[in-house]
Amino acid sequence: MANKGILVVAVSSRGVLPAATYELITAGRRLADALKEPLAAVVLSEKASVLAPDLSARGVDKVFCVESPALAGFVAETHAKAAAQVALSGGYGRVLLASNVAGRALAARLAVALKAGLATDVSEILPDGKVLRPYYSGNLVAEVQFKTPVAVMTLAPMSYPRAEKTGAAAPIETVAFDPGTAKTQFVSFTAEAAGEIDMGAAERIVSGGRGLGSAEGFKPVFELAHAIGAAVGASRAAVDSGWIAYKHQVGLTGRAVRPKLYMAVGISGQIQHLAGMSSAGTIVAINTDKDCPMMQLASVSVQGDYAELIPAITAEIKKRKGSAAVAA
Amino acid sequence: MGLHIVVCVKSTPSNSNVPVDAATGQPKIAGVPAAINPYDEYAVEEAVRLKERAPGSTATALTVGADAAAEVLREAIARGCDAGVLISGAEFDGGDSLSTSLALSAAIKKLHAEKPVHLVLFGKNTSDVGAGVVGAQTAAWLDWPDATAVKKIEAIDEASATVHRAMEDGVDALKLTLPACVSTVKEINEPRLPSLKGKMAAKKAVLPKWGAAELGLTPAQVGAAGAGAVVIKAATPPARPAGTRVDGADAAQKAAKLVDILLERKLI
Repeated sequence: MANKGILVVAVSSRGVLPAATYELITAGRRLADALKEPLAAVVLSEKASVLAPDLSARGVDKVFCVESPALAGFVAETHAKAAAQVALSGGYGRVLLASNVAGRALAARLAVALKAGLATDVSEILPDGKVLRPYYSGNLVAEVQFKTPVAVMTLAPMSYPRAEKTGAAAPIETVAFDPGTAKTQFVSFTAEAAGEIDMGAAERIVSGGRGLGSAEGFKPVFELAHAIGAAVGASRAAVDSGWIAYKHQVGLTGRAVRPKLYMAVGISGQIQHLAGMSSAGTIVAINTDKDCPMMQLASVSVQGDYAELIPAITAEIKKRKGSAAVAA
Repeated sequence: MGLHIVVCVKSTPSNSNVPVDAATGQPKIAGVPAAINPYDEYAVEEAVRLKERAPGSTATALTVGADAAAEVLREAIARGCDAGVLISGAEFDGGDSLSTSLALSAAIKKLHAEKPVHLVLFGKNTSDVGAGVVGAQTAAWLDWPDATAVKKIEAIDEASATVHRAMEDGVDALKLTLPACVSTVKEINEPRLPSLKGKMAAKKAVLPKWGAAELGLTPAQVGAAGAGAVVIKAATPPARPAGTRVDGADAAQKAAKLVDILLERKLI
């Protein structure tokens, strides 16, 4: 029997489903409609039975629920075993995962288990099942065709809108799962400072670069980010200078992001940085050098001194938001 | 005693800003000088640091590529690895992550049979294909545990390794039963340049070359024949529309105009 149907693999993180899961549902729904095939989702979590009802109301045809204490922290072997069990028993032809650390690692193992072709960081699934993904560090876009009966793909964050609740709840099936003995032991998790917005899921990012000159120079960037509910990003130059932690780095050696708004402050726009953010919706460049690559690429460019401009922008936003609140 | 570490490296174009060949629809890399994939430098450095941490250890570099890819093995030796093995032959051409990881896993099995392997290190991803999955897929073929996005190897002995994995929201600590595969991120170390002594060793190194037959694989399992996903064509990303320049007499004026635009486009 030919493999048929689309399976979204939803991996919980610290007991909740990442927002990227809902983007997978949207992409899966569109593909399912184009191919006239069913769309299912599998929840892998220590709390799967709590999370499954939410997914079941977002436009899938079925939800599988794999609940086990062994799925509490991400262990590639164990998660891959569970996902493969569901994918094989249902004979699914296309498996969708998120392009985060867990999703990518799981997709890799799952592809071997299913003897499936794999494409990561997919920005678009074409109606015929081919996919687009970055190539040569984002300098090119590759059109990828799968040769195997099963295809596994991870979707770049923010490539599809997040599926809303439709009201109708799809059936939920509980799947018995024996995790066995893994050769990986999940020891502990240490959270980052609370209140920070993760770049991967952020709709807005304010990023700083070499032009800021110091760790102190990042302070106004954090204030601006806070004022608009944005995550803070950075160029490699700023990270290498020790002004900000590596986890903020956008670009080839850091994270690839796709926010609706990307504000680049004092970032000239080296190709390695552009590779990580050039597919953002709107790019605002703020730089002293009007001819630098970032200013050329930007949707909106502002030339000027950061020390004056950034606090002025933050003050202006606070003023407008304040008056809007009054008007409302 | 000590550890046997394998580090997987790839020869990639030193500049990834390559044009597309209009005739084939594929990247035009002929004439672009090759170099060790920049992310693999971190994996090589970590292998050398583990050798320094656990005296008596050895590090073997491994690559799949054309004959010219031997140069990246010499680069790894120049940076402190002890030996290198080249997996090469026409049958490996056109491989994807699935078929390349199978070839690597077969070579690691062969090395493991000769001298037990404890840890296999990988870079974050390559600068050309950039899938970032070969380390995990190699582990899957071997049925070994693995961790990706590793920013620190906290503890290691011949039986297990405790590693720190950089997640989006914090750090996971994992204890892996060895042998295992570990894919690194750049935070793990700061690579050093090759030493003079290393360069001498690299020049003299004799590098075994293994084809599919030596790995116990058939040509149908590797390269393009064994691939599950194929790039049918590449293109330059669509150009972004021309931008708007915000002018003003001073910072306050520019700020006001910028905020106007952001509000109008419903971005804030």
